[in-house]
Amino acid sequence: MLPGLTLLGVFLAYPFFLGIWLSLTDTRIGMPGEYIGLWNYIDLLEDEIFHQTAWNTMIYALVTVPFKGLMGLGLALVLNNHIRFSNPIRAFVMLPWIVPTALSSLGWFMIFDPVFSPISWLMTKMGLIESNINFLGDQVMAVTAICWVNIWRGIPFFGISILAGLQAVSQELHEAAAIDGANKFDRFVHVTFPHVKGILMISSLLSVIWTFADFQLIYVMTKGGPANQTHIFGTYAYQVGLSATEIGMGAAITLYMFPILALFSIILLRYMRKQQ
Amino acid sequence: MVGSEKHKSLQVYVPLAVYMVLLLFPFYWMTIVSFKPTTDLFKTELNPFWVQRFTLENYLYLFESTEFSSWLINTLIISVVSTALSIFCSICIGYALARLRFPGSNFMGIGIFLVYLVPPTLLFIPMAQVIAALNLFNTYWSLILTYPTQLIPFASWLLMGYFQTIPKEIEESALMDGCSRIQILIRIVLPLSVPGILSAVIFSFTLCWNEFLYALIFMSSGAMKTIPVGTVSDLIKADTLFWGSLMASALLGSVPVAFIYSFFVKYYVSGLTASAVKG
Repeated sequence: MLPGLTLLGVFLAYPFFLGIWLSLTDTRIGMPGEYIGLWNYIDLLEDEIFHQTAWNTMIYALVTVPFKGLMGLGLALVLNNHIRFSNPIRAFVMLPWIVPTALSSLGWFMIFDPVFSPISWLMTKMGLIESNINFLGDQVMAVTAICWVNIWRGIPFFGISILAGLQAVSQELHEAAAIDGANKFDRFVHVTFPHVKGILMISSLLSVIWTFADFQLIYVMTKGGPANQTHIFGTYAYQVGLSATEIGMGAAITLYMFPILALFSIILLRYMRKQQ
Repeated sequence: MVGSEKHKSLQVYVPLAVYMVLLLFPFYWMTIVSFKPTTDLFKTELNPFWVQRFTLENYLYLFESTEFSSWLINTLIISVVSTALSIFCSICIGYALARLRFPGSNFMGIGIFLVYLVPPTLLFIPMAQVIAALNLFNTYWSLILTYPTQLIPFASWLLMGYFQTIPKEIEESALMDGCSRIQILIRIVLPLSVPGILSAVIFSFTLCWNEFLYALIFMSSGAMKTIPVGTVSDLIKADTLFWGSLMASALLGSVPVAFIYSFFVKYYVSGLTASAVKG
């Protein structure tokens, strides 16, 4: 056990406490800082970009979850039928989830490009638009696009997790309910759904935690732009802490994530123990 | 009968087709762009959803004029070594948590799970300081030693679950026969947990291969980059975008994990859903 725990100690526990210390100093890259108390945290509360960042992160982590859950549930219900070629199909639908997000985001980056977007091309041919759409060019559209890519990546995770739950529902239960006169919808609500409720809940909590702390998708698609309007905590901390070399301030941004991550982790843990 | 078949195709195959198009379109798009000459991309009169003139020039460019081959080797070495290291540590931790009763072992199980939820974004700034202090920037070690912090918690958690399903009686009788704990682990427990170990390996390897943030920060010199970072930071040139080679690189970087995954889909899924289903 020792080698593993040593690694975790050196590269997990120590950086965590170092991070707390850094956030209380005005350290910059190559310049040792001095203790300045909570000033980094206070300054951030007055920072317009930080407000936008916090708001974006909430939308990005929370608003996307119901979409992922519903579309994942739909996918699971479809895959739960007897379909031809079901194994290769299952392998294919997982692709958005398993390939490197940075690389699949590049594909989307081109699909949303102001010049080369196939969506713009199609809409122009159909006569719907006069000139190409700059999907990543304004705040609302860029956040929508980013959320969509995030939903796209999450659908297979929800789908496959829920599918595992669906397959645990015994066929007899369905038949018994059908004999008792339950229609398809009733059977879904009273037989199927209670079986997948737990999985849906756990997947949602995991998804919120992961998405909340995301980085690469946004770094690739917009780098937080235009004009710093699409940052989430991770990308803004990267920009302030490393690109702008203000390590102390960057550390404070990441630590603003901590209470929310802790809260969701505790909810998840309690939920899982209750299920046991 | 014919009617119900029709019914089924409407209810199952139509939504399935919609899902497939939605989920796979970006990969289709990346594939066709990677096989087109750059000049064709600018011709709006051509149908962009199809390849009119097939070419391999983007792939040739990738291997001849960029550092893609180094990135590939880097990613491979880092992923393999880091996975091996993590699995070794996780087997020890998972077994200890599943079998040995020591003070605080219950608490440690929860601790390991909570650590699994700690994201790299929370730690990357102080972690960069640690890597700098250890002089590990632009070395394989910077990633080989930091990735396990993300891999060990999950892999230990997963393996602990597998070890717990092995009947204690088998081990007890072996103990009676004079086997040591280590011998029991190697000769009895590990052979019985191959599926669990396999899913932990696939999970860890995929995570290493896909990791972006630490690789972006710790590997800044061109030839030391991993595929995701190299593709995103070196192939995107401000003046002209080499879309073809960019997409070729993104595809080639995705193929290995997709390939491994398609072979071991069962194990990956059981790993993915382990926490949720067992929960």
